[in-house]
Amino acid sequence: MNPAPSVIIFSTLSGAGFGLLFFLGLGLPTVTGFIAFGFYLIAYLLAVGGLLASVFHLKNKKNAWKSYSQWRTSWLSREGWFAVSALLLMAIYAGLQVFLDTTVATIGFLGAALSLCTVFSTGMIYAQLKTIPRWNQPATPAFFVTASLAGGALLSNNPTLANILLILLGIVVGFHWWKGDSRFAEAGSTIGTATQLSGKVSLWEKPHTGENYLTHEMVYQVARKHAVKLRIIAIVLMTVVPVLLVLIFGAHHLPVLLAVVSHLIGLFAQRWLFFAEAEHVVGLYYGAHTAKQAT
Amino acid sequence: MTALPTTTQKKLGLVIDLDTCVGCHACVTACKGWNTQNYGAPLSDQDPYGAASGTFLNRIHSFQSQPEPVNDVPQLAQTTHFPKSCLHCEDAPCVTVCPTGASYKRAEDGIVLVNEDACMGCGLCAWACPYGAREVDQVAGVMKKCTLCVDRIYNENIEEEERVPACVRTCPAGARHFGDLADPDSDVSRLVAERGGMDLMPEQGTKPVNQYLPPRPRDTIQAPMAGEEDILAPFLAPVAEEPAGFMGWLDRALEKL
Ligand code: SF4
Ligand code: SF4
Ligand code: SF4
Repeated sequence: MNPAPSVIIFSTLSGAGFGLLFFLGLGLPTVTGFIAFGFYLIAYLLAVGGLLASVFHLKNKKNAWKSYSQWRTSWLSREGWFAVSALLLMAIYAGLQVFLDTTVATIGFLGAALSLCTVFSTGMIYAQLKTIPRWNQPATPAFFVTASLAGGALLSNNPTLANILLILLGIVVGFHWWKGDSRFAEAGSTIGTATQLSGKVSLWEKPHTGENYLTHEMVYQVARKHAVKLRIIAIVLMTVVPVLLVLIFGAHHLPVLLAVVSHLIGLFAQRWLFFAEAEHVVGLYYGAHTAKQAT
Repeated sequence: MTALPTTTQKKLGLVIDLDTCVGCHACVTACKGWNTQNYGAPLSDQDPYGAASGTFLNRIHSFQSQPEPVNDVPQLAQTTHFPKSCLHCEDAPCVTVCPTGASYKRAEDGIVLVNEDACMGCGLCAWACPYGAREVDQVAGVMKKCTLCVDRIYNENIEEEERVPACVRTCPAGARHFGDLADPDSDVSRLVAERGGMDLMPEQGTKPVNQYLPPRPRDTIQAPMAGEEDILAPFLAPVAEEPAGFMGWLDRALEKL
């Protein structure tokens, strides 16, 4: 799949923002006044900024509000509902903390749950697609949620939790890569099932000499040696560097800031790969992915 | 609602004959023409007189295949032209993922359509379709897909013989057939039964309505060659070992002396 920057930025930043809201909602830490204002400002900038980036991905933005209508069937619609209700509820919770020094735990818990549901729905948008076997596995929503929690723990200055979650994230992402590499063959779609022609089938001519929406959007292939390099970069920046920084310096502001930056850059690389490595079965009609299909 | 209807009264769809399709792209042109000049946003071209680009609801791929040997006899390789448009799936994944309700499947005839006034151009439905049957138009920014020419098949303002999809009407080889696949006695259902109609990518669980008829095996006038034969040998062999005619008479006369 074509790794569109708007979607990568959206899922990474808003994930971290909702992760921070999750910990603030749980009262880890319980903050009030100016400090609370600072925390919530960061959380809302990340979460809302990310959501805005995803709107840029739409080709017909004026109908975006209609995406709230299909929550019964569509994960994308559910994501919208969870996001808006989490942001509104947490705004009430935050307002009370910032301006009235009051913490209403129930609202916080509910807001935390909704924040997590938002990130889970984001993961499910991808995981539900049978057409992209690499995404169609439980580890997809698992890494979206773990990444959000790890980022949130870092941002909310919970060093021990952050380290546990960062290491867990490394494991989940590693599993997703490993499992993902065999998903295309497991799904069983081949150029033979796609065309139902018998014997050894290969593409002779594409429908048109040029590129089209489908080849541009879905038949994106990344060189294997680049993928391996990027996986190493991703895991080092996303997990190893932040864990070491937190272990060595503890919860001091500057090292934590560095840890956050490294973590997010690592996540960008992971998300870029998440798209770039994903093989859509329609590629079979364009002669792609035949090396990955089941034999 | 983008929930799928549990059953549809009819299953209107196409039956595409891979044996007769000659890959002329006439249906591609007819489809683009009809659907640009009629319902909905036109199908744009980014560079109409330059490099090929733009939105199409129907595209023809071409494949080559080498069938497995039958009883150790090698089979001839085949070229197959492969038209592909929306298959109006019964379990259409493109419909259920749609957040705006723009994508829907009609309960009365099973046609899968996009309401362009509600579509936000997120492209998720195109990701959900295994067959590449949906494309976001780059100019209009809305999702385009085969409508099964819903604005022809029920259109009382055109002649009765015109009330079939543009691609079916135009195909010079008669490779595209339109009808109700829920009715076992319809022409299309009989064709599917007779020729062994096939679902594309059945493992995706979409239950396509459109069916594909397999290409018939190539004719073999003589046994296919194994590659060892000397094809010039029959032409180089001497036509007659014994001289005939005058030379034969001379030969025999001289012999007698
Ligand atoms: S062919 Fe694709 S677009 Fe058409 S109904 Fe099936 S899944 Fe949807
Ligand atoms: S592109 Fe339009 S029709 Fe497709 S899922 Fe998005 S809103 Fe629905
Ligand atoms: S039925 Fe109509 S819209 Fe669909 S491929 Fe044929 S001409 Fe195009």
